[in-house]
Formats: sequence, C-alpha cells, structure tokens
Amino acid sequence: MAWYAGRRLLQMIPVFLGATLLIYAMVFLLPGDPIAALGGERGLPPAVAEQLRAQYHLDQPFLVQYGIYLRNLLTGDFGMSFSRRPVADLLAAAFPTTVKLAAMTLVIESVAGIGVGLWAGIRKGGIFDSTFLVISLVLIAVPIFVIGFAGQVLFGVKLGWVPATVGSNVSFRTLILPAIVLASASFAYILRLTRTTVAENRTADHVRTATAKGLSTGRVMRVHVLRNSLIPVVTFIGTDVGALLGGAVVTEGIFNIPGVGNLLYSAITRHEAPTIVSVTTFLVIVYLISNLIVDLLYAVLDPRIRYA
Amino acid sequence: MPDAAANDIPTEDVPEGAAVGVRAGQAHFFADLDQSPVLGAVDAPDESSAPSSLWRDAWVQMRGRVLFWVSAAIILLVVLVALFPGVFSQTDPRFCDLSRSVGGPEAGHWFGFDRQGCDVYARVIFGARASVTVGVLTTLGVSVFGVIIGSLAGYYGKWFDAILSRITDIFFAIPLLLAAILVASVFSESRTTFLIAGVLAVFGWPQIARITRGAVMSVKNNEFVTAAQALGLSRSGILLRHIIPNAIAPVIATATVALGTFIVVEATLSFLGVGLPPSTVSWGGDISRAQAVIRTSPQLLLYPGAALGLTVLGFIMMGDVVRDALDPKARTR
Repeated sequence: MAWYAGRRLLQMIPVFLGATLLIYAMVFLLPGDPIAALGGERGLPPAVAEQLRAQYHLDQPFLVQYGIYLRNLLTGDFGMSFSRRPVADLLAAAFPTTVKLAAMTLVIESVAGIGVGLWAGIRKGGIFDSTFLVISLVLIAVPIFVIGFAGQVLFGVKLGWVPATVGSNVSFRTLILPAIVLASASFAYILRLTRTTVAENRTADHVRTATAKGLSTGRVMRVHVLRNSLIPVVTFIGTDVGALLGGAVVTEGIFNIPGVGNLLYSAITRHEAPTIVSVTTFLVIVYLISNLIVDLLYAVLDPRIRYA
Repeated sequence: MPDAAANDIPTEDVPEGAAVGVRAGQAHFFADLDQSPVLGAVDAPDESSAPSSLWRDAWVQMRGRVLFWVSAAIILLVVLVALFPGVFSQTDPRFCDLSRSVGGPEAGHWFGFDRQGCDVYARVIFGARASVTVGVLTTLGVSVFGVIIGSLAGYYGKWFDAILSRITDIFFAIPLLLAAILVASVFSESRTTFLIAGVLAVFGWPQIARITRGAVMSVKNNEFVTAAQALGLSRSGILLRHIIPNAIAPVIATATVALGTFIVVEATLSFLGVGLPPSTVSWGGDISRAQAVIRTSPQLLLYPGAALGLTVLGFIMMGDVVRDALDPKARTR
C-alpha cells in the first residue's frame, strides 16, 4: 500500500507542474501586453498595473517568472485582489462554506442516486425505471443555471419554503436548496450507472450460483449484487468530490453563497483577471489533491488496484 | 473477413471480476451515461468489404428504437433552425423597442418581449446558430485531435505512449469549465464563436484521446492485424485502414454526447459573461440577462432555457442510442 501511495504521489508531480505551467502560459505567453489584457475592457489604474508588473515579474525571462509563481503558490501566496486583500485570505475564509455545500451535495446525490438506481435496475423496463430514465435525461440536459433559477423562483420566491439566497447566513436550512440543485446532474449519472450495473450483475453467473445455493433473495441482492455494482458508482462519486470542491461556480453565484466558487463568480463579473487566475489555480490544485486522496482511498477498498 | 466476427468476441466468457475491474479502472472517462465506453474489443469486419458489418447491424438496431427517431427529429430541427433562422422567424432579433420592455405575448410576437424590448421568439430562433456552431466546431476539433493523439499512443506504445499519455493527463487535470473561464477572461476583446470553440477544443480532447487509445490497444492484437502485417502492409497503412476503422465506434458515441456537453459549457460561459459577446445572439447570454427580472418575468428564462435543454437532450439521447447500437456486448444480451 505504501508503495502504491508513493508511486501515485510521484505521478502527480509532473501533472501538477504541467497544469500550473499550462495555466501560467495561457495567461502570460499570449500575444500582446498581458497586463493590459488583465485589465479587460475598462483598463487598469496605473498604480494597479505597476503592482501587477512587479507581482508577476514580467521583466524576467518566462521560466524565471514561472519559477517565482510556483514558489509563491507553494508558500501559499496567491497574490492580491484589486481591493488590496491577499487572495489567500479570501480563499481561506470561503473554503469551509464550499466544503459544507459539497458534503451536503454528495450525501444527497449518493443516497438518492443509489436508492433509485437500485430499484430501477431490479425492475428494469418497468414504469418506475422508464420514468426515472426520462427524468435523468432531462436533469443531465438542462444546464445547472436553468435548474438553479427555476428552483430559486419556485421554492424560494413563489412558495417561500427556503430562503432564495444564502448571503452571510450559511446554515443547513439555507444550503439545502443549492445542494439539491448542485446534486441534480450527478444524481442522474449515479442513478443510470447503478441501474446499468445492477441489471448486469443480476444476470451474472455468480449471482445465479448464489441463488442456486439457496441464499435468500435479500442476501443475494445485498452481498452479491449491490456490493459488486457499487464499485463503478463509488469511482464516479470519487471523481465528483474533486469537481464539487473545485467548481460550484454557477450554483454559488446564483444563490450568493460565500464560497470559493462565488469568489471566482464575482471576480469574473468585476473583470478582475488576476484574481480569476489565482482562484482558478487554487481550484485546480484542490481538484488534483482530492482526486489523489480518492485514488488512495480506492486502493484501500479494492485490492486489485494496488497490485495492478 | 467472415461477418460472424462482430459477434464472435468472447465477452461472456470473461470472469465477472475481470470485467468489473476493467470498468472500474477506466472510470475516469465517464463521458457516456451508463458505463465506461471501452467495453472489451469493438471488433468488426471492415464496412466496405462485408455485406453485414457492425455499422449495418447498428443501423438495423437503431431504426427500431423510438428514442432514435425522437432525438434525430430534435437534432434535425435544431440544425435547420441554426442554418436557416430566417425561415422560422421574419423578425430581426436585434431590433429592440424599449417601450415594449418585458411586454407580454401579442399577435406575431408569441413569446413576448425581453427587458430591452426585443422579440423573444426571434432571439430563441436566432440563438440556435451560436450554440450549434460552437458545439459542432468543438466536437470536430476534439475528435480529430483526440483520435490522432490517442491512436498514435495506443498503436506505437512504449515511450511514445508514455509521453503522450502524460501530456493527456496534464490537460485532463484541468476541469473544462475552469480552463475555459480562465482563457476566455484573458481574451476580453475578441471572443468570437471560433475562439470559444478553439478554447473548448484545446481542453476537451483528452477524453477522446483516452478512449481512442484504449480502443486501439484492444484492436491491435487481433488476427486481422497480424494478417495485414504478414501481407506486408506498412505500419501507418495498418493503423489507418485496419485499426482506426475498427476502434472508432466508442469514439463516435462519446463525441455525440460531448457535443451536447460543449453546448452547455458555451452557454455557461456566456451566462457568466466570459462567453460570446452581448452583440452575438445566444441562449446563454439571454438567460444571463433574464436573471435581472427573473422574479417578475420568469418566462424570459424559460424560453431560451427550454431551447437549450431540448438541444442538449437531443444530442445526449442520440449518443446513448448510438452507444447501445455500436456495443456488440449490449446487443447480444
């Protein structure tokens, strides 16, 4: 196990270096004056432009610039926002909220997705199965901002069941609607994945053997069907952790949740490109690290991965 | 090549544990909806040489499904609207009359007016072009690039594969939406449909590359490849004429679903304000502008939102049907 963890950690180093280099190159190697581009349509105040030139060391060769940027990243220096606050402080203040929202979303999508998927897989081709297949297609097809706005208007404004926006008041009650909205697409994927693998495993040889041995239906379903069916589902949920921690940009923006995604959302609306770069870099790092942790957990759960 | 070859793969003989292991190991690819696309070998006779082929069987299977005809109808409608919007609406989507701001439906203006007083129906019709253009261009770019990289890595293997796969990993590590936000916010001046499609293609190809690589690796050990080698065909000839045509099926299914995904990402970018400029009529932009008056006139959100959802639904369902039809394992069940 230690050997696998070490190898996996080593594999991440080139990906981390490559991804940060890519992000940096995209912004600073493009033709034209990157500082002017960072200012967007409105342009930058001279003082800010000066500070940015110093911050990004644009008078140095490109690789030196990248080295300094990397050193700053590793020491937790994400630069300053236009309002002269360190972006690292903003991130630290916003991250716990994003984690809360992600945790609620994960619970909702896993419980609902596996539950419905299991039922649909057992009764494949039935009315319940067909209904949820259609629902899942719609949930996948309709973009999250449409679902978000529809939920906000219906449950927040018209029915008044939950607050329409979150603001500074972060609690279970205010986060429940955004979490359901955020969970909708992944719920559909988990449902479909569970349904397919359950339906497949139900006709598998080892399940037929288990039934022939005289095991009860409940035990066959629990031990022989569900456990095997959950392997790809757990993998999907794992990759979703990184996506959730790293990118509830739209949902946090719509519901005004003070998380990391909203930091990015408001930086975009204010045309604050340096902050966009810093927050995006942070989110990519979070995404990489959470995928690494999920991979390691997965190797603990499934011995075949370790010895592959 | 005997035509039975398509159904000759011993997929049912593989122990269950091994099959699950393959799927779990490749679960990163999740583009399609239900399962990992590289389900064993997709092995079929060359379509030009055999009267019955994978493609023919797939067509026979697809045309019997309601879902195929529904999604084909949606896609056809959307493409027609995108190509000839003038046929569907004679109103200029950019002609706006502020005195009619948020006006209700009336004769000739069935969907009413938006906040600027523009005709909503005309904007929904003319908005199709931006979405479809971005979706199609991005999918083309991603497919060409992904298939080239993936098949080279899968076919030549060894250090060549190692390098290409590490490069793929790097691009795969950056979530598509984040990368697009980043690049698009730097190009504040010149965001055209082509630029957005280009940005999405630059970060969207790794998925196709990984799928192609897996499919090529499973095809290249077949007897017909050995036979082609024995006949003296060059390596590039074998790759182009024998391996890629037999490995392309999962790529097509994934690309169809991906087209829908790219349309969603473009709309999300426009919604966030880093996509197409306000001068381009687009569904994402209209949804974004509807946000300001959503509590009083939610219908302004509904029409472009429904058009967007229906379009994406069409491509996702089509990808689903195509995947089912091209997967011989699913067919024998």
